[in-house]
Amino acid sequence: MTVDADSGLAPAAVAPQWRRLSSRMLAVHPVQETLRALPALLIAFVAGRSSGNGGLWGLFGVVVTVGLGVLRWATTSYRVGVDQVQVRRGFVRRRVLSIPRDRVRTVDITAHPLHRLLGLVRITVGTGQSDRKEGLRLDGLTAAEGDRLRVELLHRGAAVATVEPEATTGSVATGGVVAGGVAAAPAPAETVLASMRPGWVWYGPFTLSGLVTIGVVAGFVYRLANEAHVNPGRFGPLRAISHQLARVPLGIAIGEVALAVLVFVAVASTVGYVVAFWGFRLSRQDTGTLHMTRGLLTTRATTIEERRLRGVELSEPLLLRAVGGARCIAIATGLRVGRGAERGGSLLLPPAPHAEAVRVAAEVLGDPRPLTVRLTGHGRRAARRRYLRALEVAAVLPVGLALLWWLAGWPGWAPVVALAVLPVAAALAADRVRSLGHAISGGHLVVRQGSVVRRRYALAREGIIGWHLRQSIFQRRAGVVTVIATTAAGRQHYSLLDVPVDLSVPVVAEATPGLLDPFLIVG
Amino acid sequence: MTSDGGAGTAPVARLRPPRHRVSRRAIAYWTVRAAVGWLVPLAAQVVWLLSDLSNPSPHVLWLAVTVIVAAVHVVVMPQWRFRVHRWETTPEAVYTQAGWLNQSRRIAPVSRIQTVDTARGPVEQLFGLTNVTVTTASAAGPLKIDGLDHETAQRLVDELTSTTQAHTGDAT
Repeated sequence: MTVDADSGLAPAAVAPQWRRLSSRMLAVHPVQETLRALPALLIAFVAGRSSGNGGLWGLFGVVVTVGLGVLRWATTSYRVGVDQVQVRRGFVRRRVLSIPRDRVRTVDITAHPLHRLLGLVRITVGTGQSDRKEGLRLDGLTAAEGDRLRVELLHRGAAVATVEPEATTGSVATGGVVAGGVAAAPAPAETVLASMRPGWVWYGPFTLSGLVTIGVVAGFVYRLANEAHVNPGRFGPLRAISHQLARVPLGIAIGEVALAVLVFVAVASTVGYVVAFWGFRLSRQDTGTLHMTRGLLTTRATTIEERRLRGVELSEPLLLRAVGGARCIAIATGLRVGRGAERGGSLLLPPAPHAEAVRVAAEVLGDPRPLTVRLTGHGRRAARRRYLRALEVAAVLPVGLALLWWLAGWPGWAPVVALAVLPVAAALAADRVRSLGHAISGGHLVVRQGSVVRRRYALAREGIIGWHLRQSIFQRRAGVVTVIATTAAGRQHYSLLDVPVDLSVPVVAEATPGLLDPFLIVG
Repeated sequence: MTSDGGAGTAPVARLRPPRHRVSRRAIAYWTVRAAVGWLVPLAAQVVWLLSDLSNPSPHVLWLAVTVIVAAVHVVVMPQWRFRVHRWETTPEAVYTQAGWLNQSRRIAPVSRIQTVDTARGPVEQLFGLTNVTVTTASAAGPLKIDGLDHETAQRLVDELTSTTQAHTGDAT
């Protein structure tokens, strides 16, 4: 395509027209860039008071970032062809990013407060392979345009090209949006699988997401103190606190700090929970997609094609488990799990009551059995290995401290106190033993393991695309084998730790009938 | 829906190792590669010995230790590896085994194969060897068969690609 989209009015004869981002984005960029540069500006300003022209430099920085924003808007355009989505960007280096439409696996629509004020959204198209890189991201479409694009991308083939509003704050359907020449039909039938209840906020403090906030705040304060030469000791309240801490005995001081951190983490975690998950809603649309929306300030809407779905993961971090909570994550091809899963869009349910998580997972799978089925444990030898592993790791601390006491004259009470980690490790190992198990339930392979984060995976048997049986020399002596089901979805592989050898063959044979038969001998 | 696989019926069915070994020439190749690898530390030790002739006994001792370890590795490793690196294919599945102390067996249904690659390094070409790598859509690691002779590798690749083509879908 050499012709640039200038008018946008010419009828698209053969190739579809290049489309632009909304011009309202021109209002967003300067504010957004300034906000993003705020910490740096603040530092520059504070530092500039001593050197003289920091403010000037800060202003210069703002002008440059705003200029770049305008340039980015002017040079970005996109189009949706019959079998490709293309994004064209770049000023000096023109780049055209093309993605085959049948590779589109998820469409993610986010809108932060400024976006929402102006009725804009940011759309991210997930293709699986490229989700670590920027992928296909369009920042600054109108909400209607974003929805239209989502429907266009995900519900191809089906003649239903429909639009329903949800990224905006839930007004009545505006309708009348034309997608690809097909007038908007009534919204597709939709079943709500879950929606957030205010009571769930109770689980917020137990997610510990506030720890991240502490890290961020501490990092910022450290940078400010370092780069702007602000001495925190000169800051009144802080000085009062440090004086108070210096007066009381050490034990009480530690207790006070711990309590303060605890309260802060709890509050920050709760606020984080509300901001991230307020208005959460998961629904199934009859066009074969799961649709998730959430967010208090920044709204987020993720759509997953159900034909990409290979299972469900139910995860219970220790603290959350203690108060009877759990969360739910999709196992789908082209979706990230593990770290960043919540941002990666595979979240099916935020921390919520365990029963609710089980119900939602069952709804998504279309089968409640994998979530309730009784699991086969991995026996005594697997249990012994759990204890050995835990105690080996835990023993490092007291042994190391004892060596330091012996060789380097460290205090002798340290290794004795450190012995306290052994019962903790043993308790964790015991819990890991209780968790460990597997089952085949209907169309799913079910695996459960872990203690600090206990996870139950239900992986569709058709989603298993290979097996990896691994035995270390110790496992061979113990007569156990780690059975790993490989898949193209989620974590890519799901392990059954230390399965007794006699149990391993039946599991594989039952999960993928016939596959092993030629390689078996009896007796 | 439970236990419709024929294997589940026998009381103790065990997975046997894959049937085929790799090419015998692979032993020679692994031997040469290991020997060349050991030349570097040996050469370094000899230089060290020559540079410090006033007190040679500890150097000679270390050199002797290195020579013995190297000899054992060069003699034992290729034989051992030849015994444990195995593979087998059926019209439905590919099955490989590798690892001396830690055993690793991989099975992939032919219907889920995405690519079949062959690779030959310059030295491997001298020995007439080819490595075959079979990948699936999972990022959890491919199946590798190292050290096949050219003809077997070619036959394997042809066989796998023709059976893979018979299957449709994106194999995820």
